[in-house]
Amino acid sequence: MTHVHELNGASAPLPVRAPSGPAASPELLRVDDLKVHFPLKKGIVIQRQVGTIKAVDGISFALRRGDTLGLVGESGCGKSTTGLAILRMLEPTAGRIVFEGRDITHTGRDGMRPIRRRMQMVYQDPYGSLNPRMKVRDIIGEPLAVHGTAKDKRTYAERVEQLIAMVGLLPDMAERYPHEFSGGQRQRIGIARALALEPSLVICDEPVSALDVSIQAQVVNLFMALKEQLSLTYVFIAHDLAVVRHISDRIAVMYLGRIVEIAGRDELYKRPLHPYTQALLAAVPVADPEVEASRPRIIVKGEVPSALKPPSGCRFHPRCPRAMEACKTVDPALTDLGLGRAVACHLHAKPA
Amino acid sequence: MATPLLQVRNLTTRFNTERGRLTAVDDVSFDIDAGETVALVGESGSGKSVTALSIMRLIPSPPGRIEKGEVIFEGRDLFELDDAGIRDIRGNKIAMIFQEPMSSLNPALTVGMQVAEPVNLHRGLPWAKALEVAKELMGRVRIPDAASRLASYPHQYSGGMRQRVMIAMALACQPRLIIADEPTTALDVTVQAQILDLLKELTRETGSSLLLITHDLGVVARYADRVAVMYGGRIVETAPARTLYKHPHHPYTAGLMASVPRLDGEAGVRLVPIEGQPPDLALLPPGCAFSPRCRAATEVCHSSRPPLVAVGERHLKACFNDARA
Repeated sequence: MTHVHELNGASAPLPVRAPSGPAASPELLRVDDLKVHFPLKKGIVIQRQVGTIKAVDGISFALRRGDTLGLVGESGCGKSTTGLAILRMLEPTAGRIVFEGRDITHTGRDGMRPIRRRMQMVYQDPYGSLNPRMKVRDIIGEPLAVHGTAKDKRTYAERVEQLIAMVGLLPDMAERYPHEFSGGQRQRIGIARALALEPSLVICDEPVSALDVSIQAQVVNLFMALKEQLSLTYVFIAHDLAVVRHISDRIAVMYLGRIVEIAGRDELYKRPLHPYTQALLAAVPVADPEVEASRPRIIVKGEVPSALKPPSGCRFHPRCPRAMEACKTVDPALTDLGLGRAVACHLHAKPA
Repeated sequence: MATPLLQVRNLTTRFNTERGRLTAVDDVSFDIDAGETVALVGESGSGKSVTALSIMRLIPSPPGRIEKGEVIFEGRDLFELDDAGIRDIRGNKIAMIFQEPMSSLNPALTVGMQVAEPVNLHRGLPWAKALEVAKELMGRVRIPDAASRLASYPHQYSGGMRQRVMIAMALACQPRLIIADEPTTALDVTVQAQILDLLKELTRETGSSLLLITHDLGVVARYADRVAVMYGGRIVETAPARTLYKHPHHPYTAGLMASVPRLDGEAGVRLVPIEGQPPDLALLPPGCAFSPRCRAATEVCHSSRPPLVAVGERHLKACFNDARA
C-alpha cells in the first residue's frame, strides 16, 4: 500500500537490538520499518491527493522491558508521530509494531482495548489533557471505570488514593479541580492517570517542556522513581537533549522521519557519529561559561526542510558540513555497528 | 569607570488585576555597559519581560503602571521624555526583539517594507533608498537571496528566517542597545544557535549592548557577560557570568543550577530540585520571596526583605544568609 516511489535502500527492516548480555531482559516493544504517511489533499468538493507527507518513513528499533528509549529531534522529525503510531492512535502506513510479543499493527478496535491498558501516554500539555470539569479523583479514576478494573467502590477509592500518593500529591487534592493546580502538579495528575491501569509501557511526549525550570527536575525525578518502583518501560520523546540524556538508557536521534543514529546515552554523548547528532549536541549550550568558552562549535546551515519534499539521498545532506557526492544520491541505510549502536551515514558505512 | 550605557534604578511596575494589585517588578536596579551582554534570567512570572517592557515604556496602562524608578540611557531619564522623545529612542537607539516574530510582523506588508520602515522613519531616508538599505540589512543577517525575498510576506518565511528579519529591523538604525526577549524560545535548537550566534556577532561588530532575557541557563552561559537573576519580581543575585556559575551565592541561583540536567553532567543521577512552586505574585510573603522554598531560611527571611548587597567584584546578592549557598 506504499503509494510512494521508494528509491532508497534505507528501509530494509533492521531492528537495532539492544546489546544482549546474560542479564538482558526480554523485548517489550519492537518497531520494524514503521511508516506513517499523510496524504496532502487539495480541493474542497473534489479532493485529489497532491502529495504525501512522510512524517515517519521507515524506522526500526527494539526496546527491552525496563529500559528507557529517548526519541530526540527537532520539530517535524516524526518523534511525536512515532509515539502516536505505537499507541495506534495513528494508523501506520507500513511496517510492524510488536508489543509484548504480539503483532499489533493491524489489531482492530476491540482487540486494542486490552492492549491499551498496557501502554499509556503522558502528554506535554497538562492543561489541555485534563477535563476542567472533573475532579482530580475522577480524572485519575476514569481509566479504572472505563476498563472496569475496580470491582467495587472501595477498591476504586483505594486505588485512586494510592495513585495520588504515588505521584506525590496530597490526599485532600482528590476533591479539587485541575485549575486549582500548578503546571507541575497537573503533570503529576496526568502521570497518575496514565499509571492507573498498571501499564508496562508509558510513552511520554515532551512531558516536562511546558514546565518551569525549577519544576522540571521534580517531575524528571518522579519519572525516574516510578520507573524503578513499578518496573516501567518508557519511550521518552523530547527536544531537550540534556533531559533526554538524563533519563534515557538509549537514545534515537530522528531527522525528517528517519532515525539517523541510535546508541547508549553515554556513547551518543561522548562519541556522536552522525554529523546531525554532532551538530545537535554542539547546538545545546551547557550551563557553564567556562565549558562553553572551550567547546567546539558546529553550526549547521539552514533549517529542517519540509517533510513533503525531503531532500534526495541522505536527508541531512543539504545542511551537512561533511556531505560528499554520494550523500546527494544514495540514501544511507541505518547500519548496525554492534553493541546496540547504529548510524545512517555514509561516513560510517561498514566495509562490505 | 565609564558611565554605563543604561542605568535602571529602583524600577517598580505594578498591575491592577482582579486579584488585586500585583507588583511585577519590585525595586529593580541594574546597569548595562556599552558593548556588554547582560542576561536577565528567571522563570515565568519573575518579572524579566515586564522589566524590559518598562525600560521601553511599553507597559499597557491600564492595567499596568510604572510606579517608581528611573531608566537613564545615555544620560537622559527615559521616564522624563515626552511621547515624541520616547518614540525617537524606541526602534532607533534601543531596539527590541520578541519571542514570536510572527506576532511582531505585519502579515499584510512585504518584509522589505517592514525592514525599510525604521530606516525611513528614523533615518529620514526616502523609501527607494530605505529599501536599498533593507536589502543590505537582510544580507547582513544572512537571509539567502535577500534581493528577491524583499517582496515576500512574513508567512512565506520560516520561523528562523522571521527572527532574522526581526534582527535586521532591530539593526536598521544602528541601535546602542538591543533588548531580546526570549528570542529563540520558539525555535529549534540548531536554529537557536544560528540566531544567537548571529546576534552576538552583530553586536560585537557594531559595539552595541545586548539585554538578553531568557529562562535558559545554558544560553546565559554561552552568550552573557553579566547576569541578573530574578525571582518574584526582584533581582536576587547579579554577577559576571563566570563568577555566578562558579560561586552562586543566593540559594535560588544555586538551586536552579543544581536542578537543571546538564548535557555534560552525570546522567541517571537524581536531580536536586527546588521544592515547592514558583511564587504567586498576588500572595508574596512579607520577607524574601524565595523564603517559602528556601532550605536555609531563618525567621528573619520570612519577615523582612533582604537588600541587595555586594559580596564581590560586581557581585551582589539579596539574602540574609552569609554562608554561600
